[in-house]
Amino acid sequence: MKTTTAIEIKDLTKKFGDFTAVNAINLKVSKGEIFGFLGANGAGKTTAIRMLTGLSMPSSGEANIAGFDVYKQRESIKENIGYMSQKFSLYGDLSIRQNIRFYGGIYGLSRKEIRAKTEQILEELQLEEYADKVVEELPLGWKQRLAFAVSNVHDPAIVFLDEPTGGVDPVTRRQFWEMIYESAAKGVTIFVTTHYMDEAEYCDRICIMVAGKIEALGTPQELKQRFDTDNMDEVFLKLVRTN
Amino acid sequence: MSDIIIRNISKSYEEVEALKKISFEVEEGELFGLIGPDGAGKTSLFRILTSLLIPDAGEAEVCGFHTVRDYKQIRKIIGYMPGRFSLYQDLSVEENLTFFATIFGTTIEENYSLIEDIYVQIEPFKKRKAGKLSGGMKQKLALCCALIHKPRVLFLDEPTTGVDAVSRDEFWAMLKRLKTQGISILVSTPYMDEASLCDRIALIQNGNILAIESPENIIGGYGKHLYEVKSDQFYQLLLDLRASGFGERIEAFGEYLHMSSVNPVDQRQVREFLEDKGHREIQLRETQANIEDVFLDLM
Repeated sequence: MKTTTAIEIKDLTKKFGDFTAVNAINLKVSKGEIFGFLGANGAGKTTAIRMLTGLSMPSSGEANIAGFDVYKQRESIKENIGYMSQKFSLYGDLSIRQNIRFYGGIYGLSRKEIRAKTEQILEELQLEEYADKVVEELPLGWKQRLAFAVSNVHDPAIVFLDEPTGGVDPVTRRQFWEMIYESAAKGVTIFVTTHYMDEAEYCDRICIMVAGKIEALGTPQELKQRFDTDNMDEVFLKLVRTN
Repeated sequence: MSDIIIRNISKSYEEVEALKKISFEVEEGELFGLIGPDGAGKTSLFRILTSLLIPDAGEAEVCGFHTVRDYKQIRKIIGYMPGRFSLYQDLSVEENLTFFATIFGTTIEENYSLIEDIYVQIEPFKKRKAGKLSGGMKQKLALCCALIHKPRVLFLDEPTTGVDAVSRDEFWAMLKRLKTQGISILVSTPYMDEASLCDRIALIQNGNILAIESPENIIGGYGKHLYEVKSDQFYQLLLDLRASGFGERIEAFGEYLHMSSVNPVDQRQVREFLEDKGHREIQLRETQANIEDVFLDLM
């Protein structure tokens, strides 16, 4: 049974001037859960994630991330979470080995720990013979899997994945998700955004944000029943269109 | 009459072969999809067809114009929406559109009817800088800019990547409408579900074309038995089935796993196996392949 709470949010709100980007959202995510955070472009997902990762101060409301408060313990939050996005992840002009060393160093791992992590990641991803290759030259799918491994380098309690699989082939996309399952099975909480509705199905629970609010929250099965359809695409379209 | 003719096109970058002797044609008024992952060679092909890149071997024509010899004519009659957002971020919506109309020697008014459906959706934001638009709106503006000179052929390189499901849906509805105006469209996408919206598709990977067919025929050509399987423990089910020896390939497909097999699988045996492994609420039935199954099979 999943008992411990990894993320707890109460009435979390972010305003930019007159515009309310995130409007009093409530959420509880358990340890080891794969939680899908969906919404249309501009619905407020990125703003919400920036608050949850300690990068942006909420206007009001409460949030506790891995046991730390988003107002008072933002540095502790950053130390205890991993983050990966399409836009920001690895340094293209550094090698695989150098990227791992760099992020290990940033997160305060000792030399010994970094060495051990480097070997472990290279072995798990079967990238030993490419360890000294510059990341820019790797196929996108490899980069994504490496970026995920690197976001886990300090064994965080929660990993935030912002559209991690855009543009890759169906095989690579599935390999990526198998890394996610594996991490979740070890107790890591996964908070993921995606535009692929079949990936929403791979989550334990999902929520859908529309215009700053969470308009639906539940297991994929529950949401499909509530919207009387057999696919997630339809749930998303119905919800976003009517709002 | 074909609007795009591609004959034995090859292109390499140092040791990487991006395109390996590719040939196909796109008919006038056709909505043709180039379906494949990042790195498949889609963008190289777009750049060759739009006269921005010279192939190492082979030839291509667009509306009868040779992509190398007649590059000037080609640039007048095509619209191109590159994968990376390529409008001027610090110009407003309206300024971008005016700019593109002007360099093609036309005005927004002259071809307004062509972009009207799309432009009305972004018009409320016409004073906003392009860099400040959301993903869906940027994509609509880019399409307007590619259409403003009334091109005969439209090249769209991954127009929907990173765009939400609603905007994607609207975008495809617009492509359907443009097609009725006689514009030929070559569009690439990594989203397999969009393939079914094209008249014909080419599945492309590592510079090779794996198949060229209508979506229906591509699916019809899937020659294996396919089963969907589900239980109360999704990830464990994947691991157990892979280790079981049933089927040749087990992959996640939304809420189900898809198990493919050349020979029919004894469903009762599979159920018994899974029950022994502690799975409950088992669902197992034979199902129809979709484009993604075919793609996985061909890869």
